[in-house]
Amino acid sequence: MTENAKIHIKNAHKSFGKNHVLNGLDLSVKDGKSLVVIGGSGTGKSVMLKCILGLLTPERGSILVDGEETVGMGEQGRDTIMRKFGMLFQGGALFDSLSVWENVAFGLTQTKRATRKDAHDIAIDNLRKVGLAPEVGKLYPSELSGGMQKRVGLARAIATQPEIIFFDEPTTGLDPIMADIINELIVERVKDLGATALSITHDMASARKIADDIAMIHKGQIIWRGPAGEIDHTGNPMVDQFINGRAEGPIQMEVLKA
Amino acid sequence: MAFNPLAIIGRSTMAALRQVGHLARFTWTALRHTFTPPFYPRLLLEQFMRIGFYSLPVVGMTAVFTGAALALQIYIGGARFNAEQIVPNIVVLGITRELGPVIASLMVAGRVAAAIAAEIGTMRVTEQIDALSTLSTNPFKYLVAPRLIAAVIALPLLVLIADTIGVMGGYLVSTYGLGFNSAVYLQNTAEFLELGDVTSGLYKAAVFGFIISLMGCYQGFNSKGGAEGVGRATTNAVVAASILILAANYLMTSLLFSGGATPL
Repeated sequence: MTENAKIHIKNAHKSFGKNHVLNGLDLSVKDGKSLVVIGGSGTGKSVMLKCILGLLTPERGSILVDGEETVGMGEQGRDTIMRKFGMLFQGGALFDSLSVWENVAFGLTQTKRATRKDAHDIAIDNLRKVGLAPEVGKLYPSELSGGMQKRVGLARAIATQPEIIFFDEPTTGLDPIMADIINELIVERVKDLGATALSITHDMASARKIADDIAMIHKGQIIWRGPAGEIDHTGNPMVDQFINGRAEGPIQMEVLKA
Repeated sequence: MAFNPLAIIGRSTMAALRQVGHLARFTWTALRHTFTPPFYPRLLLEQFMRIGFYSLPVVGMTAVFTGAALALQIYIGGARFNAEQIVPNIVVLGITRELGPVIASLMVAGRVAAAIAAEIGTMRVTEQIDALSTLSTNPFKYLVAPRLIAAVIALPLLVLIADTIGVMGGYLVSTYGLGFNSAVYLQNTAEFLELGDVTSGLYKAAVFGFIISLMGCYQGFNSKGGAEGVGRATTNAVVAASILILAANYLMTSLLFSGGATPL
């Protein structure tokens, strides 16, 4: 498992006060594959992503990216590692003080990998790849619909040609048709880049579409993992309950019964 | 148990210390990134315009009314021991040493600390700050450093303008309302004023500018929980900046006071 793993998380623990969010999480993502982590709200999906990105630091455990330990890494090393990553945020997280093309070109101009003129052309090219016309580049994020913001977010995530792309709930808040368009764009773009993809979602349609492998997280641990095709025959009652969306089952939500 | 005063004291002391530690770490990180490249001159200029230039009307209006009211008060006070002619001397002293820096900074705190906290707070809750990190951009260098530098430069300049306009306010009331001779008033003002009076106010202003920006950034960075959290961050930024300005003012006044009126 460890060899040709792009990302390898070993026994990661993270808590906020008395709330243990990650409880010895183990997970690896193979180079060039797309792994989708499914799980309910508050099971630790987002925290896992933020730990890999170094936005949060796990108390225990190790996170290897390309075999290199990133927990407790210095700023310089972190800087280099971060250049391998691209991320599509749940709400898009577009910079609302910048125009659309400046958003898409941001990673390029910041790291001085392109001049402003070249970055503009690359940005327009990336907008086209996500199905947006060049004119959109001049607009500001507040002038865009939710689906368009997601697409711009995707264009921004792929503009630096990252080796690893994270997708945080890529279809949340979109209508089913737009969700499917985004899913298809994700599959296309990731394949195009030959990138490793790690997504978190609770949308099963999305998971089936973009995953090579699926893993299910519950209470800060991976409880099942396998190829996407086997998700319906896992024999795991928790996975069954989740993918069929049943209130009754082994997973008990902390909801007060009237 | 039901009511344990010791536990309450302990808990609140711990919470306060935690806050101080948190702020100290934030300040240290902010300073470290302010003085190391990359720098963003374009953002610095933008912030300078926002903090400095667009605060001019507010600061000017505040200063003119403060100077005018001050002249009236001193006239009333002075009249009780036949010292009405002291108005120009005390106005210029009060404005440059104390009221100019404090009033201008408090007004800017209301404008700028709130704006910074709201903007950065919104960026925090919409994950724009995380997005900066994933695009190889340090949020401290990109967001905090330009605001800190801009405020530290802008505030002394604003105070210099507030000083001038404040003295003008006193002058207008005294010459048009209180029967002072214009030439004598201006002469008394100029002769009585020492360089140290102005510079001590400018030192204060630079420190107040730092406090304003720091509080805005700190509260914004640590805001959580959507619109309500951003609102809370904004309020906290203004309240904390104002209190710290007044406390720092006392501290600096007593330091500058013990060293006489000479510049440091």
